Amino acid sequence: MKLTRKQRAFANQLWIYLAAFVVGVICVFPFYNAVLTSLRTGQELFLANYLPTTFHWENYVNALGENGVGRSLLNSFVVATVTVGMCLTVSITAAFALARVRFQGRKYVLFTILCVSMFPQVAVLSGMFELVRFMGLYDSLGALILSYTTFSLPFTVWVLTTFMRALPVELEEAAIVDGAGLWVIITRVFAPIMGPSLVTTGLLAFIGAWNEFMFALTFIISNENRTVPVAIGMLQGTSQYELPWGHIMAASVVVTVPIIALVLIFQKRIVSGLTAGAVKG
Amino acid sequence: MAQLTLEKLNKRYGESAEVIKAIDLQVDSGEFVVIVGPSGCGKSTLLRMIAGLEDISGGGMYIDGAYVNDDTPSERGIGMVFQSYALYPHMSVYENMAFGLRLAKLPAAEIARRVEEAARILQLDPLLQRRPKDLSGGQRQRVAIGRAIAREPKLFLFDEPLSNLDAALRVQMRMEIAALHRRLRSTIIYVTHDQVEAMTLAQRIVVLNRGHVEQVGTPLELYDHPANEFVAQFIGSPKMNLMPATLVRAGSTESIVRLRNGKAQSVPIATPASAEGGPVKLGIRPEHIEWSEVADAPHLADVLFVEHMGNETYHYLDNGPAGEPWVVRNPHRSLVSPGDTVGYVLPPEHCHLFDASGKAFARPRVETGDVREAGVGAPPIAFVEPRRTNAIH
Repeated sequence: MKLTRKQRAFANQLWIYLAAFVVGVICVFPFYNAVLTSLRTGQELFLANYLPTTFHWENYVNALGENGVGRSLLNSFVVATVTVGMCLTVSITAAFALARVRFQGRKYVLFTILCVSMFPQVAVLSGMFELVRFMGLYDSLGALILSYTTFSLPFTVWVLTTFMRALPVELEEAAIVDGAGLWVIITRVFAPIMGPSLVTTGLLAFIGAWNEFMFALTFIISNENRTVPVAIGMLQGTSQYELPWGHIMAASVVVTVPIIALVLIFQKRIVSGLTAGAVKG
Repeated sequence: MAQLTLEKLNKRYGESAEVIKAIDLQVDSGEFVVIVGPSGCGKSTLLRMIAGLEDISGGGMYIDGAYVNDDTPSERGIGMVFQSYALYPHMSVYENMAFGLRLAKLPAAEIARRVEEAARILQLDPLLQRRPKDLSGGQRQRVAIGRAIAREPKLFLFDEPLSNLDAALRVQMRMEIAALHRRLRSTIIYVTHDQVEAMTLAQRIVVLNRGHVEQVGTPLELYDHPANEFVAQFIGSPKMNLMPATLVRAGSTESIVRLRNGKAQSVPIATPASAEGGPVKLGIRPEHIEWSEVADAPHLADVLFVEHMGNETYHYLDNGPAGEPWVVRNPHRSLVSPGDTVGYVLPPEHCHLFDASGKAFARPRVETGDVREAGVGAPPIAFVEPRRTNAIH
């Protein structure tokens, strides 16, 4: 059956929307299920409903309370924010040196950074533990900040170096003629222009630090200093055989919401940050 | 406004690549100097050395008598306009112009005064809050100039500012830059590869070739008395015609050369006896060659092609298989067609003579002086009506 041009265009649109719908459902359904589960208790947890039937908000109250993740949320937030702050500061200055300053061995430094980032984290775990203990950071948030910064740096340095290379030299020279020193050039001329890429790398570093489990489990032992992924893993029910699913789901939802909010706020910047280097602007 | 002196300024990259070779230059306060030369001659490097963006390998640079080799650009008190404008894309026009002043920690009222004054001079008032991406090329260029003006620098440096603009805009901006100089009376050093910009804007032109200065002088001085072949052919469009010849008789007031076609030409140029018998080059500009009746013309040639510009005509004459065609320019319409044989004469007073190394033998200076100085009413150099040749029926 030969379709007219209009019919073909309509059919194409239909396929695209259908595919988008399927992908959307696959991505969103687990989270939707988590939200559903968090609103139930007891035996209702194991019913296969797809629409909310009951609303047990006490799961959320518990989640944020003493036995829940309230304190861990704060810890995670502090760790992730400080990690991002340190990461961006160090990487923007490193990117400036690697992209703008000619020095011997520059290529090798970049290559080394890339190689280092390929190390599996578990291989470095025991070494990091020794380092953390030596610096007296065991069981404190500082241990996590140190580790997360170390692991986020290669990625952020690489992305920012690439973007800085794309900035025109005349811009720097105009700033020098205007009397700008090195620090002013980096903070008041380059950083604002690189805004989108800073947001992207910052956000990715934030998400990485927020979700990290292994180091958080290893370096923090006390309840007050725990971060969110470990805290959720430690949630216990009334007996050792029962997993408090409603509780866990409520905690997970609470913990995921900040990330979703951040991404929604910055979503335009993220896309432009990833594609900005592609076309000369 | 500042005075600039360069003494044996030298720039080399590594051991061997000497880009700028011992340049001496003196720029007076308030003077508009244009540095011109072909691509790769080092003019941008020289400008960047004056600015402080490139290190000076040797020699000294003095602004108002003070040694400034080691000073930063803002310490030297320079304002620079870049070829690609280099505006800060994340700042408004106002902020772009105010940035340098803010870094210098000037009081806010002073900053506002200077920026608004610069905006007024360049007619940027309605654009002050716009971002560079919302401006046209000419507007961006004006903002770049405004940014330099707002700093009230001792020395203005322009690095090929009109290269990125289209032809019509270039003419307009040229006039604006000339008006700006008249108004501000500032010392300006302007770099370009376009000799038209050099001729129209400069009070003095510095012709640079492969890192050294070929000649420094006023535009008309360079045009009428080029010091060597390079300057003779670089200044003036279309290029000066150069013909190989032999110096048959040297003299202190007059010399005789024999051209390739065997004809002798007398020129009122002094040549030393040592050059007699040696090869020389005769130069004459396209507008100075005059037509003559074919029957009694000293030189004959075939016309290869004719370009009608509307207000003037260029004729290209066959110069034999080896040479470039000679160009003859008439300031009006012409009936000559390709394939015609024409007769022409080379008026001796307009001939230039260059020795074997390319250096010019000094031409006598015209008594009436610079035509510009002579003012309106001074008799211009007469263009002879082309007499009809026998070839036209």
